[in-house]
Amino acid sequence: MLVVLAVAVALIAGPLRRSRAAADESAEWAERAELEAAKEAKYREIREAELDYRTGKLSEADWRALDAGLRADAIELLRRLDALGPGDDRGREG
Amino acid sequence: MLLAGRALLILALAIAVYGIIASLYGARIRNAPADRRRSGRAWIDSGRRAVYALTGTVAVCFLVLEVAFLRSDFTFELVATHSSTTTPGFYRATAPWSSQEGSLLLWVMLLSGWSSLILYLTRRRAREIAPYATAVLLGLAAFFLALLVLLETPFARASPVPPEGVGLNPILRHPAMMIHPPMLYSGYTLFAVPFAFAVGALVTRRLGADWIRTTRPFALAAWLCLGVGVILGARWSYSELGWGGYWAWDGVENAALMPWLTGTAFLHSVMIQERRGMLRMWNVSLVLGTGILAVLGTFLVRSGILESIHAFGASTLGIPFLVLIVAMIAGSIALVASRAADLRSEHRLDSLLSREAVFLLNNLVLVALCFVVFWGTFFPLISEAITGKQASVGPPWFGRYVVPLALVLVLLSGLGPVMTWRRATAANLRRVLAVPTAAAAVTLVVLLAAGGVAARPLALVMFCLAAFVLAVVAQEFWRGVRARRAMSDDSVPRALVALVRRNRRRYGGYLVHAGIAVLFVGVAASTAFQDVRDVRLAPGERARIAGYDVTYSRPTARLDVASNGSLEKIDLGAALRVRRGGDEPIALHPERSYFPSSDPTLGPLSRYFEGESTSEVGLRTGLRRDLWTVVSPDIGSLLAIARRGDEVFREASSLPRGERAVALGEALRRMIARYRTDVAPATFRVLVSPLVTWVWLGALIVFGGGLIALWPAPAAARRRARAGYAARVARELGRA
Repeated sequence: MLVVLAVAVALIAGPLRRSRAAADESAEWAERAELEAAKEAKYREIREAELDYRTGKLSEADWRALDAGLRADAIELLRRLDALGPGDDRGREG
Repeated sequence: MLLAGRALLILALAIAVYGIIASLYGARIRNAPADRRRSGRAWIDSGRRAVYALTGTVAVCFLVLEVAFLRSDFTFELVATHSSTTTPGFYRATAPWSSQEGSLLLWVMLLSGWSSLILYLTRRRAREIAPYATAVLLGLAAFFLALLVLLETPFARASPVPPEGVGLNPILRHPAMMIHPPMLYSGYTLFAVPFAFAVGALVTRRLGADWIRTTRPFALAAWLCLGVGVILGARWSYSELGWGGYWAWDGVENAALMPWLTGTAFLHSVMIQERRGMLRMWNVSLVLGTGILAVLGTFLVRSGILESIHAFGASTLGIPFLVLIVAMIAGSIALVASRAADLRSEHRLDSLLSREAVFLLNNLVLVALCFVVFWGTFFPLISEAITGKQASVGPPWFGRYVVPLALVLVLLSGLGPVMTWRRATAANLRRVLAVPTAAAAVTLVVLLAAGGVAARPLALVMFCLAAFVLAVVAQEFWRGVRARRAMSDDSVPRALVALVRRNRRRYGGYLVHAGIAVLFVGVAASTAFQDVRDVRLAPGERARIAGYDVTYSRPTARLDVASNGSLEKIDLGAALRVRRGGDEPIALHPERSYFPSSDPTLGPLSRYFEGESTSEVGLRTGLRRDLWTVVSPDIGSLLAIARRGDEVFREASSLPRGERAVALGEALRRMIARYRTDVAPATFRVLVSPLVTWVWLGALIVFGGGLIALWPAPAAARRRARAGYAARVARELGRA
């Protein structure tokens, strides 16, 4: 029981005892994370549209039109990510 | 150990409460000036670590209880009332969650474990949302821990300490029961993760794609675990409960089905939000509703409310659970209403001929199914509250609404994969629907020609729709493999593996749809074309049932002795010889197991026949049909002998303990030998159910598909793919 208590206290109190706690930039992180998630979803959409075309569910003309639109959306997302400045890769990969 | 267990529970509750305060305080001050902001991050980290500490503490608590069960330590009241020395070791290990207290502790352990996993994985992501999600998860854990500390402690002392325990409820002595409750509870507790992150997203107004990306694998894992739990329960019901079915629309079964249905809807509609930014309000509402239904599921099982409103009042857990559920509903409604402006869709539906439209319709059908199940489950309580009399609805009532909705659902599970996002053209649809429609038409013609199926039109429609779905899925795989081979020199198997590896979510999902179609074929066939007969046969007699000749060869009987030498149960059964046409005869051995009662008012012999009993099914399974038998032995003559024997033992009460045990064993052996030569008739229930195995096979395919969809892409491949697309988009950007 005492061992469990000691381990729990050491674990929980760790961040509070450290003097060099990292600065929090949650808002910037959140904005970047939202854009990264949207970008991943957009890439997936581009890939799936291509697969739909190759499996005969989309005509070439429809796919090209759709692909162009999706790429334009992706470019806009990249622009917005660039505008946020360089980020911390650890945050992106998690 | 009892004291240590109780102290650990109090410590766990304190950790949970601390974690809630630390997380919320940290989230509040992190937007303060820079010096306090640093401290905010530290408090948030400390709150997250409280979840890890909680997991460890509760795990030690559970270990203490588990060891007590394995050692048959009857100083624990819970062990004395839910286990015994005659309970086999395998079932002693699972006995903790047969009790209310143990299952609540398991709930907290699983919740804290899954919470630790998600918070560890997202420790550098979802930073705004995570502290609020942490507080919600710890809030749920604190609620259950408070129940364990204040109302239902698993560490109560037995007084007086009995020499022997009551034993595990006999109907729970089934291998599926080892996995069924932990899987159900894993499903319930995993659904708490997206619930908590949805609350965090609503509080912080971060309602984009990030919280979905973060929690989607957990929603899928919850769906998978809950599904496995439901199917294991159905399998247990089929082989252990002795009524011949796998789904009785029982309240406890329904309690697990409801969050599974809304969870299925969420997994579909969330794809629309990821791609199109649509249905934000619908998705948060679905995930909040699913989280609430998951807690409601635990409540239904544990409160006793389904027996009667009065049982609910008598239960110690009814009122606290009701308060929690009302708080969750009210809080969810308030949060969604206050964030309505942030939950507006970015786009509108482009066309009714699109995957979005099919998914939307699929969502409506799934929610309608959930509503039907909810209404049917709570109808007895509603009627009791209004009229004072409890009226319940049975399988025919559920069938009236569920069957048509299930038919639409299966149709949609075929239409979804052939639709494209945004807009499908009629010409392309005609092309991709030609083969599946032909498959459905051929199935219709073949079944009508075979005869016998037309009398059950709903089953016939289900078979045709299932053929449609299976053809759609086969066609999707074939077209995918062909496209893959057009770009590489891969063989068909290699191209198939590469295709699935690169598109796990899509092809895993298609497999799930195929599994659902197979499962529904099994359900439709086994309910519409089942033959059931109750027959009373004496040894040597024969009955003919659905083309089978069933002969009662002889009675069987044996004493089942536990590893410590004590008698665990008495098995009375029948040896049946079954033949269909000119096939080889097969042997079936249905049994009824009689477990000794611990009721002290019963005599030393009759307590072995007047306790609880369970059916061991004599089952012959096959891809085409199952032959299912149970026996109800006529124990009237054995009971009369036992009662006379009770008198003899009562008169010989001065007999030394050891000699008495030997005499008792000899008396039981002679009674069993007498039953073996008995010519009294026994009653049999014989069922011939077509395609039941398809239910289990369909479920296996569903779970296989779910695992493929859940399996994370290798990190390197993911990075490569992302880098490849990033490079392409960057090239476009250069030209733009």
